[in-house]
Amino acid sequence: MSLLSPKEVKLLTNPLNIDNPITTQVLGICSALAVTVKLKPAFVLAISVIAVLTIANVVVSLLRNAIPNRIRIIVQLVVIASLVILVDQVLKAYVYDISKQLSVFVGLIITNCIIMGRLEAFALGNKPWPSFLDGLGNGAGYGVILLIVAFFRELFGSGTVWDYPVFENIGLYSIGYVNNGLMILPPMALIVVGIIIWIQRHYSRELIEK
Amino acid sequence: MDGLRKIVDQLKPTFSKGGKLAKLESTFEAFETFLFVPNKTTHVGSHVRDYMDLKRTMVIVVLAMIPALLFGMYNVGLQHSISIGETWSIMDSFLFGLIKVLPIIVVSYVTGLGIEFAFAQVRHHEVNEGFLVSGMLIPLIVPVDVPLWMVALATAFAVIIGKEVFGGTGMNIVNPALTARAFLFFAYPAQMSGDKIWVEGLSQGEGIVDGYSGATALAEAAAGNMQNLPSVAEMFFGTIIGSIGETSTFAILIGALILLYTGVGNWKIMLSFVVGGFLMGTLLNVFATDTNPYMSLPAYQHLFLGGFAFGAVFMITDPVTAAQTERGKWIYGFLGGFIAILVRVVNPAYPEGVMLAILLVNVFAPLIDYYVVKGHVKRRMKRFAVKA
Repeated sequence: MSLLSPKEVKLLTNPLNIDNPITTQVLGICSALAVTVKLKPAFVLAISVIAVLTIANVVVSLLRNAIPNRIRIIVQLVVIASLVILVDQVLKAYVYDISKQLSVFVGLIITNCIIMGRLEAFALGNKPWPSFLDGLGNGAGYGVILLIVAFFRELFGSGTVWDYPVFENIGLYSIGYVNNGLMILPPMALIVVGIIIWIQRHYSRELIEK
Repeated sequence: MDGLRKIVDQLKPTFSKGGKLAKLESTFEAFETFLFVPNKTTHVGSHVRDYMDLKRTMVIVVLAMIPALLFGMYNVGLQHSISIGETWSIMDSFLFGLIKVLPIIVVSYVTGLGIEFAFAQVRHHEVNEGFLVSGMLIPLIVPVDVPLWMVALATAFAVIIGKEVFGGTGMNIVNPALTARAFLFFAYPAQMSGDKIWVEGLSQGEGIVDGYSGATALAEAAAGNMQNLPSVAEMFFGTIIGSIGETSTFAILIGALILLYTGVGNWKIMLSFVVGGFLMGTLLNVFATDTNPYMSLPAYQHLFLGGFAFGAVFMITDPVTAAQTERGKWIYGFLGGFIAILVRVVNPAYPEGVMLAILLVNVFAPLIDYYVVKGHVKRRMKRFAVKA
């Protein structure tokens, strides 16, 4: 007897690949552009979104029979906003520097379309346990893309990985290499995401629109 | 010729379906059509065919660029000799420039064509000739001191992200050569702008004459040093500092004549681009203030400066990215020239606005076409309603 049923495994793994919130649903793009200049802030934001999304999914799922349909968006926003404030306080307390770098983008998790989307599309109609898995899966799917984008942008834009100067240590600069300034600018995040989508569709043909 | 034909025919089965090297069919075909006019017949529907196929068109554009290229090579040597305070003969200057420019051309072609061939093999279509032009344009619009690996990277970026992603030659939204330049401009600002990079050897600073400034005319104008601008004749004939192929309005005009005579370049776009730029220049003259002397630069001088002439003749006329409707071409060209001068004069962060302006109107071209066609429909509907 495995821990999760096949259906539950799918809830976790689909958002990582064929149902990815960024590359397939194309949600949450703005933060993917803004915080992926370096790995560290991207990682922190990814963790924050996973936390908010998972807990919000469970809370809304628990409340789903008590929420009147007409005011459900407001209730969802209250849940998300309270969680985001909690996350913000935790970040300020333990990783102040990164919290400063992320600045407004922690607060903007409230408006992250992925979270609203999952609450509307999943948590409102499912039990807490599947909602928990769905939140975890989608948060992770978002985080994975964020980390991939941030890895390439930091490597080619600043020549570092997790602030470790890779290119300097292997001596690239001494043979005339120069960091790519375009990588630090937001448009390049969009192009990197585009390339990820391209590669993904090359392998998962069913995603290609007719 | 017959002998050559025989050899090609003998090789053909090897590269056709079922042959040993069938995978390289499109590569083979590319070389065959380079040597001979293709003898393919279409099977479905009716097609208008003439000898002016894509390959001939592209070759004519490349021919039109030769004057600008040759002059650019000469100018590279000339500017270098001025910077070290010597006087070189025309031949010496030209040879110096040839040695400096040739590697950039080779790198641009090898990278670009390599990627084109690879995509053609993977996607099983013919190798398109679009890159023959882009590969020549890229060296002409970069500073001579640009590192070769940057040229290669920018070319790869332009061909893959600017062109192949959209489906290859004829499908791209923005001009690939300008995409390459924009990539360089934003990715490596230190190597693409400033005063040290336009003249060969200046960044190393060896043997440079005291007080020599390598600033382009545009940079001088943007800084408000109007007294440092070259004379109008120098601007026109192009013995000034700038990207390799863009300085000589005269050489570019020869290219323009070739393009217009053969009908490859569109005169409406060229003319409206120049008119747009001239009008903006005049407009700025009218509103000129004492605080910004750049604004009172005579409008016609704008047309000789920087990459304006080059953009008007070789960039904005690119038939793939330009507007397709006749009225749309007027609007498209005009907007391009208008914005180019506006960016150049008003925005101090970008000394040259031609690149950004053309990329911008490239993006707008389909929208312009859409509204022009809609306008036609509306007018005809009206006519129809009146008659009925």
